[in-house]
Amino acid sequence: MAVITYLDAISQGLRDEMRRDENVIVLGEDIAVFGGAFKVTRGFLEEFGADRVIDTPISESGFTGAACGAAVEGLRPVVEFQFADFIACAFDQIVNYAAKNYYRWGIPMPVVFRGPSGGGFRGGPYHSQNPEAWFTHVPGLKVVQPATPYDAKGLLVAAIRDNNPVIYLEHKHLYRRIKEEVPEDDYVVPIGVAEVKREGSDLTIVTYGAMVHESLAVAERLSREGAECEVVDLRSLSPLDRDAFLTSVRKTGRALVVHEAHLTGGFGGEVAAIIAEQAFDALDAPVTRVAALDVPSPFAAQLEDAMLPTEEKIYTAARDVLEY
Amino acid sequence: MPTSTATRPSDDLTRDDRLELYYFARLTRDIEERLAVLYRQNKVVGGLYRSLGQEGESVASAYALAEDDAVAALIRNLGSLIVQGIRPRAVFTQYMAKGTSPTRGRDLNLHFSHIPDAGGPIVVGPISMLGDLVPVMAGVGLGARMRGRALVAMTYIGDGGTSTGAFHEGMNFAAVQKLPLVVIAEDNKYAYSTPVSQQMALARIDQRAEAYGIPHEMVDGNDMLAVYDASRRAVERARHGDGPSLVGVDTMRMRGHAEHDDMRYMSKPLLDAWKARDPIARYHAHLVETEIATETDLAEIDAMSRAYAEAEADLAEAEPPPEPDTVAAGVFAGDHFQPTVEIVYSPFREKRGTPRHAPASEAGS
Ligand SMILES: Cc1ncc(C[n+]2csc(CCOP(=O)(O)OP(=O)(O)O)c2C)c(N)n1
Ligand SMILES: [Mg+2]
Repeated sequence: MAVITYLDAISQGLRDEMRRDENVIVLGEDIAVFGGAFKVTRGFLEEFGADRVIDTPISESGFTGAACGAAVEGLRPVVEFQFADFIACAFDQIVNYAAKNYYRWGIPMPVVFRGPSGGGFRGGPYHSQNPEAWFTHVPGLKVVQPATPYDAKGLLVAAIRDNNPVIYLEHKHLYRRIKEEVPEDDYVVPIGVAEVKREGSDLTIVTYGAMVHESLAVAERLSREGAECEVVDLRSLSPLDRDAFLTSVRKTGRALVVHEAHLTGGFGGEVAAIIAEQAFDALDAPVTRVAALDVPSPFAAQLEDAMLPTEEKIYTAARDVLEY
Repeated sequence: MPTSTATRPSDDLTRDDRLELYYFARLTRDIEERLAVLYRQNKVVGGLYRSLGQEGESVASAYALAEDDAVAALIRNLGSLIVQGIRPRAVFTQYMAKGTSPTRGRDLNLHFSHIPDAGGPIVVGPISMLGDLVPVMAGVGLGARMRGRALVAMTYIGDGGTSTGAFHEGMNFAAVQKLPLVVIAEDNKYAYSTPVSQQMALARIDQRAEAYGIPHEMVDGNDMLAVYDASRRAVERARHGDGPSLVGVDTMRMRGHAEHDDMRYMSKPLLDAWKARDPIARYHAHLVETEIATETDLAEIDAMSRAYAEAEADLAEAEPPPEPDTVAAGVFAGDHFQPTVEIVYSPFREKRGTPRHAPASEAGS
């Protein structure tokens, strides 16, 4: 097993699936000749040819709709948005066309919509967003958000093989920063299955995406101070592995929900509500959320850092829950 | 002898106007050169998107506007903002994410607005999503018309940006409503790495306008006076109620998409060919050949421009970053946030003491 980056794990998963199944195609802006803005598809054009690796015009709505049409014809398209923020330009095709087809007509829609999301990159208001909650509200869409190279590859392979539209949000700040051993052979991380990334008995931190890493760092620090946190990485938001975090909360009696997206209307509210509904009697402290401020992602480092959830903010909130 | 057809709008430009055009193009390039240095020194936050080789079209098109018309520039239209009087310091503070920038560190590079209460240039800031400004500027034209103002709204779109749905919807809306909109469509051969042939199955970018039934023409984007002429014609039509126009400019992006781009996909022969067509060098030669200016006159302007760009960069560099505790203020209207940008006149305008063209509110009545 080789140690590879989160970015290379995504590339590898995509390449393997294209080798395995000739119905898998990729389309997006600057992905063929250039290999993608972040180089996820570097070398793909040479290996798979221009029929399967398609440079599109700047027409998000157009190529998203075309991907759905190609899926009707039996292909399994993977659409790349240059930044996840630009998925907004294709919103209608995703939430109205792709999401509702199966329920209405029984037509499967095996399309993956992937793109770099997230902040910490000084990208400003249009290159930093975490749009998962725009889509978790829509029945018929699956939404996944990997935190590690292993999960990034396994979830992408699962998404490509899934017969439903899957929103696959990769965190651009993890691309080259996070490395681990990833098997070269074929495996999937099933969609809808969370993973306990660290076990503990005193506090459950329910999180996903980039915040898994900050949460693990906080757990490490608290462990040195004598408190053991269990870190549950949701990995998939839709469908959601409720049992994973409910089991954990019933064990620890305390829950902190952490995500990088905005607080209000964020996915953490859903998790908190489920805990309140189904594990109320197990709770020793209020379910608490740590998330980004309800402000557009600002550009300057001083402002972005103030807006994003940081290790320090998670630590402080965790202490409050532990000491409640 | 032909009598009327040979006249060009640029025939009316005075010597000072012509020198001012040169100065604006020069200043645009000098500001970007200075930004490139700051970028290499790690003082620019985020990317740097240059207009090297296409400064002429931004400057000359915006020069066709009246002083208090509205312009919406994209990241490669620094020249248009300089023409409209945006102080260079504002641009430097934006790129360096300073707390005193027009967006107070909230947004980047040319993503800022200047909406004066009364009189003066209107600058409508862009968002990253390409195409979105076209309907927005159509709406600026609509609003002005309803308020009885003969304002012209000008915006820009790249070859890539013309492929968006928003571009199409905005153009069509402007056309059916006959709105005072001028769109400068820039064929600079690439959209990031994608060549124009992958964006459209048209021979020329201005043919996009055929779909909307509006006037259009294609000009050599590196011939500043040709761009001025075509833009001025479009501006006059818009001002007099004849609706929107599209001006296609044939130009070349002489750098990568951004400074971090290795440009490996760019055609070397194409770059070489366009190097010989540099808009500023060509305009410089024209001014000397037609004896409007001497080499010495132009060298003086060069020196003045460079010194100004450097001084403005130095001022910006000394500005403080934003205070973290300002982050949550001003999400909703009414909180506190009134961005201001200082508007400056060029030395040529100060000398003339008159506006470039008749103010929008007085024309076309
Ligand atoms: C709707 C949308 N999709 C994708 C992008 C990412 N993007 C930024 S600039 C760019 C290329 C733009 O090319 P063009 O419109 O020709 O302008 P140029 O850079 O050549 O001036 C792309 C794809 C974007 N800004 N907006
Ligand atoms: Mg272009």
